[in-house]
Amino acid sequence: MASRDVEKLDLSFSGVPDKPKKDWVIVSLRILAFLATASATLVMALNKQNKHFVVATIGTTPITVSITAKFQHTPAFIFFVIANGVASLHSLVMIGVDILGPQFDYKGLKPVLIPILDMMSLVLASAGDGAATFMSELGRNGNSHARWDKICDKFESYCNRGGAALIASFIAIILLLVITVMSIHKLKPKK
Amino acid sequence: MTKSKRVLISIILRLLAFGATVAAMVVMVTSHDSAQAFNLTFTAKYSNDPVFKYFVIAEGIASAYSLIVLLITCSQKSSLWRFILILDLVIAMLLTSSISAAAAIAHVGKKGNSHAGWLPICGQVPKFCDHVSGALVAGFIAPILYLFIVLSSMHSVITHLFL
Repeated sequence: MASRDVEKLDLSFSGVPDKPKKDWVIVSLRILAFLATASATLVMALNKQNKHFVVATIGTTPITVSITAKFQHTPAFIFFVIANGVASLHSLVMIGVDILGPQFDYKGLKPVLIPILDMMSLVLASAGDGAATFMSELGRNGNSHARWDKICDKFESYCNRGGAALIASFIAIILLLVITVMSIHKLKPKK
Repeated sequence: MTKSKRVLISIILRLLAFGATVAAMVVMVTSHDSAQAFNLTFTAKYSNDPVFKYFVIAEGIASAYSLIVLLITCSQKSSLWRFILILDLVIAMLLTSSISAAAAIAHVGKKGNSHAGWLPICGQVPKFCDHVSGALVAGFIAPILYLFIVLSSMHSVITHLFL
């Protein structure tokens, strides 16, 4: 009995330095947020649809016009792509900081910088989301008061892919909010 | 920074944010204009477009929240202030998404979108356009103020000053 206690004492005094515990919850959430924002960016950036329309018929030959729907046509979608791109870059950098972080000593402003940057990317991503949501709602339903026709009945797959990018971005926003709250919670008050 | 200075800065910021959100809401709600073209009356109101309705509702929620937090600034529990910090974040998100959406649709109204065949409407209803631009300016100031509010709440949570 006494020898076992001595062995236990020996193990606890072995020379391994005390490393701060890595928080795997927040790292996995950041990985998920990175995947969500990156997929939203990519799906919207590669969103393109060509369609041929018959404009008039001369005799028996129809004249077709090819119209393309691209995401660059709307400034709201450009902003959406840029905002989600920045948010995914931020998530990537934060994953790197979390994995390689505990080697470096955090003093001064650095511990506060992480929640502040998290908050900035959250706000940016939510702004991009809001603009793209209402722009695609306008495209889907049109606006009878302003005489703006809907475009989604003609460009279905463009609209569907935009919707998928939006859903990914909504998931990313929820994850970013949880990450921000957790990183604020990790801030300890200075004694 | 002494505690009273911290309290003063927080109260001033929240008062300004309350003013900005209320101003944005009121200016947007009172915007309307009508134009006549070929015997048809063409009225433009904020409620014609779901984006502007969302803008008014978001600003309304933010102003009510600002008012409530202003009224309970006297309370001193630190757990309450962490919760208020989280709510500040959510309201900042709400405000930025509402102003971004309203600005996107207002851009379509002002410049049109030639690719989608959407004509600008500001030529026919200039008073409505100016009114909406004013509301958007006030709505743009509000999330910036809220960012500063979140930063100041974070500072209070860190330095354990409770306010």
